[in-house]
Amino acid sequence: MTKSIEVQQDASPIINRKAIKSYALQESAIVKWSLITISLLFLALFLILPLITIFVTALEKGWATYVASITHPDALAAIKLTLTVVLIVVPLNTIFGVAAAWVITKFNFKGRNLLITLIDLPFAVSPVIAGLIFILLFGAQGLFGEWLYQHDIRIVFALPGIILATIFVTFPFVARELIPLMQMQGVTEEEASMSLGASGFKTFWLVTLPNIKWGLLYGIILCNARTIGEFGAVSVVSGHIRGLTNTMPLHIEILYNEYQFTAAFAVASLMSILAIITIVIKNIIEWKAKEV
Amino acid sequence: MELTLKKRKKKTIIPGFSLTLGYTMIYLSIIVLLPLSMIFFNTLSMSWSEFYETITHPRAVASYKLTLGTALAAGIINVVFGTIIAWVLIRYDFPGKKLVDGIVDLPFALPTAVAGIALATLYSPNGWIGQFFDFKIAYSPLGIIIALTFIGLPFVVRTVQPVLQNLSSEVEEASASLGANRVQTFLKVIFPELLPAMITGFSLAFARSLGEYGSIVFIAGNIPMKTEITPLIIMTKLEQYDYVGATAIATVMLVASFLFLFIINIIQWYTNRKFNQY
Amino acid sequence: MNNSKKVIFTILISVLLMVLAACGDGSSKVAFLNVSYDPTREFYQEFNEAFATYWKEETGQDVAFQQSHGGSGKQGRAVIDGLEADIVTLALAYDIDELVRSRQLLNEDWQTELDYNSSPYTSTIVFLVRKGNPKDIQDWDDLIKKNVSVITPNPKTSGGARWNYLAAWGFADKQFNGDETKIKQFIKELYGNVEVLDSGARGSTTTFIEREMGDVLIAWENEAYLSLKHESDKGEFEIITPSLSILAEPPVAVVDKIVDKKGTREVAEGFLNYLYSEEGQEIAAKNYYRPRNEAVLEKYKDQFENLELVTIEDFGGWQEAQKVHFADGGTFDEIYQ
Repeated sequence: MTKSIEVQQDASPIINRKAIKSYALQESAIVKWSLITISLLFLALFLILPLITIFVTALEKGWATYVASITHPDALAAIKLTLTVVLIVVPLNTIFGVAAAWVITKFNFKGRNLLITLIDLPFAVSPVIAGLIFILLFGAQGLFGEWLYQHDIRIVFALPGIILATIFVTFPFVARELIPLMQMQGVTEEEASMSLGASGFKTFWLVTLPNIKWGLLYGIILCNARTIGEFGAVSVVSGHIRGLTNTMPLHIEILYNEYQFTAAFAVASLMSILAIITIVIKNIIEWKAKEV
Repeated sequence: MELTLKKRKKKTIIPGFSLTLGYTMIYLSIIVLLPLSMIFFNTLSMSWSEFYETITHPRAVASYKLTLGTALAAGIINVVFGTIIAWVLIRYDFPGKKLVDGIVDLPFALPTAVAGIALATLYSPNGWIGQFFDFKIAYSPLGIIIALTFIGLPFVVRTVQPVLQNLSSEVEEASASLGANRVQTFLKVIFPELLPAMITGFSLAFARSLGEYGSIVFIAGNIPMKTEITPLIIMTKLEQYDYVGATAIATVMLVASFLFLFIINIIQWYTNRKFNQY
Repeated sequence: MNNSKKVIFTILISVLLMVLAACGDGSSKVAFLNVSYDPTREFYQEFNEAFATYWKEETGQDVAFQQSHGGSGKQGRAVIDGLEADIVTLALAYDIDELVRSRQLLNEDWQTELDYNSSPYTSTIVFLVRKGNPKDIQDWDDLIKKNVSVITPNPKTSGGARWNYLAAWGFADKQFNGDETKIKQFIKELYGNVEVLDSGARGSTTTFIEREMGDVLIAWENEAYLSLKHESDKGEFEIITPSLSILAEPPVAVVDKIVDKKGTREVAEGFLNYLYSEEGQEIAAKNYYRPRNEAVLEKYKDQFENLELVTIEDFGGWQEAQKVHFADGGTFDEIYQ
């Protein structure tokens, strides 16, 4: 979640560059390299080693076992389910994110801080609670439970429940990415476009969207990553039916619980590869964003 | 909550206020507010004394302390190292920098359960790292801090990075030309500029840590009073068919997260505005 | 309606349609769902195949099996909350009683509908120790020694762990002739030695074997055997049978309200009855569950050591045991006060 803060850019005093000794502008080499070493060690210990563990364990019993694990019908069903969830959740939250960011940044109204906080809320709500609330709503003993049961509509322990819980958990991502960006951009360009007679939609499409597209994409990517990886909330509403309501993270847990550690890590490595692809795309986006 | 356009001197001509506000509110209500209100709704079936007793049960209180304490510790670790990493990534060149920059996002993209399993494998007493230590890392509060550090790191790095990037070198040059040495420049000029971003990054990481469950259950040890986090208490109550008790604890967590986020948002809005006025 | 509204409206409608289409996809398939607890995965995998062949021969029907596994309490809660299980095969009767109490999904006297308290197979609680038994653990009182580290799941969340707890209690009860203060002290010391309290039986096994934590794992007998079989490459383990344990009866039941709604009563009852058949009993024994059938038990007698067993009835049944020991404020909570 990037949050850029505009920094003051007032006219600087005329500087005689030659007068400034280099040590005053740059750290000594020792400081520089020790900082780099600290950073790399920290990242190795906390991020890179866990990643390596996953791949080493996944390939422990050879390539054939690895391929067999990720092409198992239950694994494929889990992958398919996860992709379905992504296809529904990400577009919904993207539309919401754009609408919410628009209203929050282009207008001044009472309760705006409260609204931002409410949008942020799912981010700080424990996934366990996120799952629980949908059980309380749609579970057989929940608020709508009796009605749903009579009409034979299944929400929890089926795809809709998984989708709802995932939407909840990934709710703030796009909006949170866009709000600081659009706030910085202000309303001048849109006002100009409107006063020149463009329609509201045209203004959004031709003026706002080009300005926010990289931030928007970044938000979508974060939302997508979390959608694929959500575990806690989905675990509460899934029912864990093999090959039917198991998403990829749940499938990993199941394999792990079946003493199939290698297979569990194989699917985990597949998810790590997805994560790495996500990161690569994200970096390309940032690079392009800098170019524009 | 009152949501009307503030009367401003100049009426805005930007369209879509009622459309986007309406849509935002409806979507927000259906997905977030209505479901979350079920927590309060369910808790209402308890009497006040029952509620009080449940949420102040010694085990629950111990879990609040643990959850807050570990989230705080992980947040502080992340602020220190996250800022260093952001600094290194912006200011220095070294081989493999792009790769390092990319890897910072890993915790965003990696499923928390996978992270939990991998970290437990590494830091358990027989793990690659755990074997070098005489004391337990996994299955102690230390393990929880490690998992939370993993989860929270990108929040700090990604918040501090753009600020450092935008920091104009002229300010530093000015400071240096006035005779300040590098340490003074950092403390008096750069650090104050970074502070709001560091606070934001810390609070995002902290907020995220309060509710984390997936990665922690694999590495925590889950011993009551010692390594039992609050979300686990909720799970335990649920599995005892004690829905009301679970929602009571959930209420405490919800209110805490809400207040925390609200304060942070106000601080953030305020600092952003202050900067924009220049 | 202007342009922008039209576009947004169209998007909303199409997304709504997508969601509805997805809902339809999720609920169109009617299949036979067995909601079970953790350690039965391997057993039901094998049993389902055998039953499918048998049922096909008997009735010509194809059965599409669906399995769901997890901690017993979690599974029971899922069924209460609307997971449409045709049958439940859980770790303890209390969890099925709960289905009756909350939603009347079954008859109150469900446990009398099949033989042997509706438990076609039983198990007991044993110890798993590391090769050579370095800490010389022979019986329950060895577990409270100062330098012994114990791994067992949390009785609040795991059905198996409740059997563990009650077995330990049963031993202490005999040791101290029912002196409650001393029993509680014993249990307190035992759980004081517990290093990791996982939420489920499988989690504990993983902690003990993969993470190499602890000197002894208190486990289901079938789970202990299974780890011997699966984890031979992780170093060897030994099973220690204590002098006294508990007769663990994991019950099975047809969920009446759901099979009647789905029209699957016949196959559900057929499935449970087949558990009692010779073939079903044989598969259970092969998966290290103690069969009820005398002939099958005789055949596998080397596998199952004879020991003194208390039963849940000695604790006044599950409702009573739950109230006294595991409910909030019960004896288990006292340990951690």
